[in-house]
Amino acid sequence: MRGMEWFGALASAALVAVLYVALLVAPEAVGEGAVQRILYIHAPSAFAAYGCIFVAAGASAVYLWKRSPAADRLAASAAEVGVLMCTFVLVTGSIWGRARWNAWWTPDPRLTLMLILWAIYVSYVLLRAFGGDDEEIAPYAAVVAIAGVLAIPAIRVSSRLMRGIHPSVIAPRDGGTGLADPYMRLALWGGAVAMLLVAAWLVTVRTRLERVEREVRAVRRAADAAEGVV
Amino acid sequence: MRAVLAIVRKDLLIEWRTRETVVTTAVLGILLVTVLAVAHDPTPAAAPALVAPVVWAAVVFTGLLGVERGFLLEREQDCLGGLRGAPIDPTALYVAKLLVNVLLLSVTQAVVVPLTGLFLRVDLWHAVPSLVVVLFLGTVGFAAVATLFAFVTVRLRTRQVMLPLLVLPLLMPLLIAAVKATEAVLGPGLGTARDAVGVLVSFDVIFVTAGLLLFPAIIRD
Repeated sequence: MRGMEWFGALASAALVAVLYVALLVAPEAVGEGAVQRILYIHAPSAFAAYGCIFVAAGASAVYLWKRSPAADRLAASAAEVGVLMCTFVLVTGSIWGRARWNAWWTPDPRLTLMLILWAIYVSYVLLRAFGGDDEEIAPYAAVVAIAGVLAIPAIRVSSRLMRGIHPSVIAPRDGGTGLADPYMRLALWGGAVAMLLVAAWLVTVRTRLERVEREVRAVRRAADAAEGVV
Repeated sequence: MRAVLAIVRKDLLIEWRTRETVVTTAVLGILLVTVLAVAHDPTPAAAPALVAPVVWAAVVFTGLLGVERGFLLEREQDCLGGLRGAPIDPTALYVAKLLVNVLLLSVTQAVVVPLTGLFLRVDLWHAVPSLVVVLFLGTVGFAAVATLFAFVTVRLRTRQVMLPLLVLPLLMPLLIAAVKATEAVLGPGLGTARDAVGVLVSFDVIFVTAGLLLFPAIIRD
């Protein structure tokens, strides 16, 4: 197996191990029911989403500065995987909310923050998909990726102006109790590592695919041009 | 600085001669306010609560159109190419376009906002100074983002949908804060909405700075 397959196998194994701990080993949280275990995917997906978004913005900044096509490909891939991870967060959160709050959605600060982030990077993906030539659209897409990260502090503060009911599990200073059992913490932090690995693996695969796709498009354009000459 | 003034002068002169952007967006704003007021059909008691959301919905949608119009103008006969080739600092172009957009959007708001108060039967007169402050802060942030992205989308085939698609999610924090601040202005007073005003000011600072730094990178090629 080549490096990329090893990487994929490692990420998958980590995910399976975490699911084992999260679903079977960690004790059920008192009064929360089995649905609470969705936290072990929900919160790690959020870490991975932030990881992808920061990588996308960083790579975009490098691209604007150095104009390196590799940085642009990395940014495009990371933004796409970031959208996927945001979607995981929203979907798992929504399922949990239906069970716990009896509502799929509620205008809560953290929910709003994630939805806005999701929308920003969806617009990035749409710009890349419908904008036109890769080379022409790349600097514009880079501006979107960077602006998205710049907006995060403003989104955080402004969404707090709204009423909130989201539980605070990780940071005790926000009134969270923390996770009592060591296996719960293992499931959560192990889950974070596993999801980051999965995201990193998806980004590597996607970056390679992006390179091949662009080569194919370039060859096709050259072929079309040659045909025009004949 | 002279370059900025020259471009501002040019744009305002064009606008003065045609009055196209301000007149069309102002009328559109009035229509939007009417549509929203009619759709809600509020009781006299519920009407005041609608002012802030209706005002900002109108500001955003007329603003998007206004900003886009300004750039379509530059596209005709490749004026944009001329501006890009001119021996001026690219940030001067951004600053000039930002100033023109803030000015034109403010004129539109000066028509639309009083009419919103009229339609929804709310006396805005006593709140004019703080309302002007909130509208100004919101408009600067809006124009900082919209101006940057209007340059991004002006050459795209799909620009009519891409501009709102790119700008609206980024504007969300500004909108939340602006609506909250406007509600405070019409209710207990602007002093009670320190957080919202803080968001507005920091959004303005962050995105005007980002515009100044990022604009040269996208205008280069």
